[in-house]
Amino acid sequence: MLEINNLHVKLEEDDKVILKGVNLRVEAGKVHAIMGPNGSGKSTLSYVLSGRDGYEVTDGSATLDGVELLEMEPEERAAAGLFLAFQYPVEIPGVGNMTFLRTAVNAQRKSRGQEEMSAGEFLKVVREKAKALKIDAEMMKRPVNVGFSGGEKKRNEILQMAMLEPKMCILDETDSGLDVDAMKLVADGVNALRSEGRAFLVITHYQRLLDHIKPDVVHIMADGRIVKTGGPELALEVENNGYADILAEVL
Amino acid sequence: MAVAEAKRDAAEARLSALALPQGGWAGAARAEALARLRAMGLPGRRDEYWRYTDPSSLVQADAPKASLFDPKDEPMAFTGFDRVKVVFVDGVFDPAQSDDLEAAGVELLSRQTADIHWAQSLYGVLEARGQTPVQRPLAALNSAAATEGVLIRVTGRAVKPVSLIYLHKSETSDAMLHHCVKLEEGAELTLLENGPAAARFNKVLEVEVADGARFHHIRTQGRDHERRAVTHIFARLGRESLFKSFTLTANGVLTRNEAVIELTGDDAVAHVAGAAVGDGDFHHDDTVFVTHAAERCESRQVFKKVLKNGAVGVFQGKILVKPGAQKTDGYQISQSLLLDDHSQFLAKPELEIYADDVKCSHGSTSGAIDETALYYLRSRGVPLRQAQSLLVLAFLAEAIQEIEDEGLAEDIRARLESWLARHGQ
Repeated sequence: MLEINNLHVKLEEDDKVILKGVNLRVEAGKVHAIMGPNGSGKSTLSYVLSGRDGYEVTDGSATLDGVELLEMEPEERAAAGLFLAFQYPVEIPGVGNMTFLRTAVNAQRKSRGQEEMSAGEFLKVVREKAKALKIDAEMMKRPVNVGFSGGEKKRNEILQMAMLEPKMCILDETDSGLDVDAMKLVADGVNALRSEGRAFLVITHYQRLLDHIKPDVVHIMADGRIVKTGGPELALEVENNGYADILAEVL
Repeated sequence: MAVAEAKRDAAEARLSALALPQGGWAGAARAEALARLRAMGLPGRRDEYWRYTDPSSLVQADAPKASLFDPKDEPMAFTGFDRVKVVFVDGVFDPAQSDDLEAAGVELLSRQTADIHWAQSLYGVLEARGQTPVQRPLAALNSAAATEGVLIRVTGRAVKPVSLIYLHKSETSDAMLHHCVKLEEGAELTLLENGPAAARFNKVLEVEVADGARFHHIRTQGRDHERRAVTHIFARLGRESLFKSFTLTANGVLTRNEAVIELTGDDAVAHVAGAAVGDGDFHHDDTVFVTHAAERCESRQVFKKVLKNGAVGVFQGKILVKPGAQKTDGYQISQSLLLDDHSQFLAKPELEIYADDVKCSHGSTSGAIDETALYYLRSRGVPLRQAQSLLVLAFLAEAIQEIEDEGLAEDIRARLESWLARHGQ
């Protein structure tokens, strides 16, 4: 589904090279995790895939079902089925959460040539999905992420994912800032979306999220590259011994 | 002094082009206004409160030409709302397009009837009070020369809003309207105003809000690109009364909206808000003066402007807290969203406080669209232009929230959305 080949990325503003040849292949129905120390390029990878400004791709490619992502606008990538759950969800004062979700859902439907969802139908679906994530009506009325706690923001990201039904979901440190109960809630939300046609790329520092969202494949990223790939046991190794051993072994 | 003389000469030149009304119940008030104007002269660029806005096209004897705008299939504001329509075409009352005014208790200034003594204690009176400490000569000119307008006295709760509709049909029209509204104790009225009015428009609205009365004012102005307007609202508020005014301005080469509000009874509330959107040759000036002269009053000034392609926004807002006006709660915010590097926002917030137990805050900002929020919206599949439009509306939301009636607020939002769509946002 997602195929990244030899991806090189530098910051637009200065000449700092962040990604130095990332290769990654995620198949439909699978959950891949990327772990790695601070500054290894994990978040940059997620931003570059979703189309954030400020990065320059100097080499390589990233395709979703064979279609080149890197030349698309962010909204086109979303319509193609890519979704990034942000590490730091953005606050948008003045835009109601419900309005935002409905605009996004209908914009994507429109770009795929589907009919827009009626207000009634939308409300029914969103209520059901929000309930599972313990998001109440009050939270839906508030401006996007404004005054939300850390946990509420992350649950709101998962709600957006559930409503938009993307095929490739990237979760950028979705566990950061969450207590155990909130993490469980978020993980349940993600697990409910696991299906044969959908793939996940879970970026995290810690193994604990992977106790709840069980990965099929674990990658270790360091210095702008994937340096090691293995099964779930690799995450446990990191948890027990830190990154030092793995990095010493591969570098 | 040469400057003062030039201003007085300008006033005489302007007056010589006008047929001044004589006699009638407002005769004395008009004569006094004329004397005020002659003493002050018309405003010039060197006047403190005209430094950011060039008054010359408002002052010159003849109105500059303004072509008519084709709104295509866009309905006028407030279409579909149950209201009492009062239509003025280029500043002249049009009975054919208006509703039955008598039934609604709306009187016309042009009727000159003798039996409106309540208006005698209002016409030109609040305008005259509003001339200190800042002179407003164009309002005095209006009081002296206007022959058209409405006189509305409300004693209970007005069932329907009164809707003043200003049509613009002549490219050279030079219109003046003077309205007086008196809300008696406990009365309530919603006043709507919309339309470009004329090539050049000078309007004064005097509002007396008695104890416990509630006045809502929602106005849309603009539409015709080349039209010019100077408007003044003079309001005096009694005890526990409420005054809420919201203005949407889109288009118009020159707009100067002044609001002079005096809180004279304890526990009164005055909110004045504006949302302005300008593209290109657009100069919009909000000049607001709120005086707290009683205890525990609340005032809010919320002004937001979205500017692009060289549009200019001006905000001059003042809160004056008089001695003894304890527990005053004053708030003032003026913000602009500059969509490019060519546009400009000039703000002059002022606070003058002579009481020691008050809460007053003010703020003014200028900024570009939030790129991170834009990226977030786009990453969820919202196309660039739609995302920009959402963020612009979000920026204006605080001003629109000042409209209490949700239906009217929705009408304003819809108009803004279609404006943004037309202007590529």
